[in-house]
Amino acid sequence: MRKGVIGTSLPRKEDVPLLTGAARFAGDVQRPGMLHAHILRSPFAHARLLSLNAGPALELPGVHAVLTQEDLPPAARAIPMRMFAQQDLEGYLQPPLAGGVVRYSGEPVAMVVADSRYEAEDAAELVEVDYSELPVVLRPDEALEEEAPRLHTGPNRAGGFRIEFGDVDRAFAEAHLVVEERLEVGRHAAVPLETRGLVAEVDELTGMLVVYGAAKIPHVNRRILARLLDRPEERIRLVELNVGGGFGARGEFYPEDFLIPFCALRLRRPVAWVEDREEHMRACNHSREQVHDVAIALAKDGRFLALRDRFLNNTGAYIRTHGLVVPGMTAALLPGPYRWSAYRCDASQVVTNKTPAGTYRAPGRYEANFVRERLIDVAAHRLRLDPVELRRRNLIARDDMPYPTGTHTDGHPVVYDSGDYALLLEKGLARFGWEEMRRWRDSAPHRGIGVGFFVEKSGIARWEYARVEVTNRGETHVYSGGASLGQGLETVLAQVAADTLGVRYDDVSVFHGDTATIPDGMGAFGSRAATLGGSAVLRGATRLRERLLELAADELEIAPEDLDLVDDAVIARGAPATRVSLSALFELARPARALGSNTQPGLSEEAYFLSEDMTFPYGLHCAAVEIDAETGGVAIERYTVAYDLGRAINPQLVEGQVVGGAAQGVAGALLEELAYDEGGQLVAGSFMDYLLPTAGEAPFVDVLITEDAPTSRNPLGAKGAGEGGTAAAGAAIANAVADALAAEPTRLPITPERVLTLAREGAR
Amino acid sequence: MTRREVSIEINGEVFERTVEPRLLLSDFIRHEARLTGTHVGCEHGVCGACTVQLDGEPVRSCLLFAVQATGHSIRTVEAMAALDGTLHPLQQAFHETHALQCGFCTPGFLMTLEPFVRDAEPAQLDDRTIRSALAGNLCRCTGYQNIVTAVKLAAERTHA
Repeated sequence: MRKGVIGTSLPRKEDVPLLTGAARFAGDVQRPGMLHAHILRSPFAHARLLSLNAGPALELPGVHAVLTQEDLPPAARAIPMRMFAQQDLEGYLQPPLAGGVVRYSGEPVAMVVADSRYEAEDAAELVEVDYSELPVVLRPDEALEEEAPRLHTGPNRAGGFRIEFGDVDRAFAEAHLVVEERLEVGRHAAVPLETRGLVAEVDELTGMLVVYGAAKIPHVNRRILARLLDRPEERIRLVELNVGGGFGARGEFYPEDFLIPFCALRLRRPVAWVEDREEHMRACNHSREQVHDVAIALAKDGRFLALRDRFLNNTGAYIRTHGLVVPGMTAALLPGPYRWSAYRCDASQVVTNKTPAGTYRAPGRYEANFVRERLIDVAAHRLRLDPVELRRRNLIARDDMPYPTGTHTDGHPVVYDSGDYALLLEKGLARFGWEEMRRWRDSAPHRGIGVGFFVEKSGIARWEYARVEVTNRGETHVYSGGASLGQGLETVLAQVAADTLGVRYDDVSVFHGDTATIPDGMGAFGSRAATLGGSAVLRGATRLRERLLELAADELEIAPEDLDLVDDAVIARGAPATRVSLSALFELARPARALGSNTQPGLSEEAYFLSEDMTFPYGLHCAAVEIDAETGGVAIERYTVAYDLGRAINPQLVEGQVVGGAAQGVAGALLEELAYDEGGQLVAGSFMDYLLPTAGEAPFVDVLITEDAPTSRNPLGAKGAGEGGTAAAGAAIANAVADALAAEPTRLPITPERVLTLAREGAR
Repeated sequence: MTRREVSIEINGEVFERTVEPRLLLSDFIRHEARLTGTHVGCEHGVCGACTVQLDGEPVRSCLLFAVQATGHSIRTVEAMAALDGTLHPLQQAFHETHALQCGFCTPGFLMTLEPFVRDAEPAQLDDRTIRSALAGNLCRCTGYQNIVTAVKLAAERTHA
């Protein structure tokens, strides 16, 4: 770390093409002879598919093919899980096209391919499908009733697990106070502004199957695609273009990720598919819907004794790629920043006739933080204790770090790496102006303040790949196994490379997402791209710097320790005129020059960063709200997020992540809900009905980044920045509303209608 | 379907094509003129990503048919920066204040805000006024905060 590039808010490398319209997203790809696909989707939430006649559609001019399940190869009958897989779940996986039964409204049943998207949509209307409707079940608790309609061969509880430590029953029996609630989080979703899109083609010169529009996890998806197509991985190239937001949902392997490449192979023509918004709302992963029956046992002094939870995660009609990730994260991190002597959590993954669900920014934690922090406030109200004081008495102490929580996720124990929770609590409250806002609250009716404390996790799937090279022009190229959904990966990795090598930030270019130039990678999810991707770059750049210094040492006949790398040359310390440029070193490293010497040719260093464990950033959300007693509207007077992530590589980008994340979290608490009617039709399937926050609703978010607890689990000391802004937003908003109404909200989102109901029935 | 001749000027260049009456202006701009900086986020007029300027006024190009734009002049994001690559003051302000992340919505914001910044009275540019000007465009990444800052910065420089 020589130049102080890390820790500086440098302007982003990504911006200029995005600002000038020169950037290329999946929908911008044009290939010669390109056809357009449209997916025909089930209009019913649950039905038997009796017959499908594509004849009339095929007669329409410009139509090239209509694919149904019968056209699919045997290897492609189900899309596999990629994380937290459990064998019991195999029978619940989604086929790329439905067979005998459709299980949610929006499920793909056929794909029409035509010269234009307009013609493909025309033709889709002519495909004749006969359905016989079946009874639907939409709520996870109802799905577990004996007489509930069954979706699959197995029970509607597709899977689950228990996490337990300590003597929970005894703790509850001996408790001074037990607080128990049913708490629910409504279904909402990531909804990136760019819908999904793919273009696949077979390169006729090389036979390579090329898929443009990869996102999040290109190498993982290549592996899945290779398996479903029964084709060698190296004969498939996935290419990531500009990606218009992800937030967990985009980039997972969906039915279309098989269908479009499969169709391009079959027709030997480029095939494009761009999802429309209505389609996106019904097809792309939903998230968050959970029902918790949760209880806390407390001692007389407010000490937490035990936490007990039984919850249902409504995963929709199928198990998709995430397996048990969301319930797994919920159960593993529900205990949060507090000491518990006993914990028991029974998690169930339940199928219903809704769109399948997966991860969305802070998956499982947004829900868990709401549940735990909400219940703590209820307990504080019963004990007539200040909610902040109750938290203060129970925080895990700095000296207890690393702290084994006693929980685990996907079989791996959760051990908090570092943290000073009490310090962060005080810093966060001071920044928010807790005392000032108390007076504000007391000075008028219908005002409330609330907090939500969270412990996040970052850097899941614990490795990443990087290659760092010096080019013939003396510039630095970084190839990363990470991916960008728009968060600024290129900027951050360039900062790490520039800082480590000693070169100029402007001379570093970062490449990612093309499986042809990058042999392997994990991608971008779970706040991992900067911490693990950055650590891999740091390792590769460290080695490259050593090689450059050794090479220069031979050339200048000066010991490597007396040399330094500054900008574009290696110089002698104290005698900068004695120097050799990086471009000259590149020439010296050419293979012909390496002959006869002991040096390795080329100036390229590969590194895999293998992390022993995840890291655990943490923070506090504080909200002050004022409620309009007539309309039920909730206005946010002040919102602060204090977040400790060990080390901020680019503080401006970190703040951007936190503010944007908070906008999403707050919207999930107040606005966004994927509501269904009784028949299983999504009634919030457009932007007219699904309330994404505009600049009018998104609050001003004040961000305090602290670096009090760097991690020792990677060489950067950095923890992930992507999800903390979202993680406790539901908790803080709900607690502030509770304070304003002197009532106990038990469900998110707290819509105006629910505010009015609470105001009427409320008063605890 | 009967096709019609259209003649639309986009960024100073006239595009004459024969198109179906149902062809959206957004698709005309993207596929016929091949100007893919104009993005389509919802195709029902809510998100504002497809905003372009028609005779100087911001409009949603997904809510117009190409045939309705015949004889009119369209300006898209591609026309904002100078030919030598110098960014427009609004683009520059977005860059400096980190007012974009994934950048998909950005062209629509720029098209909406360019006339707003030009016509603004800097003294009246409080957060509320700016947020109200932004409220017809959706951004899922930034939470809008830095876009507000960018507008202030651009307005200060424009009216300095």
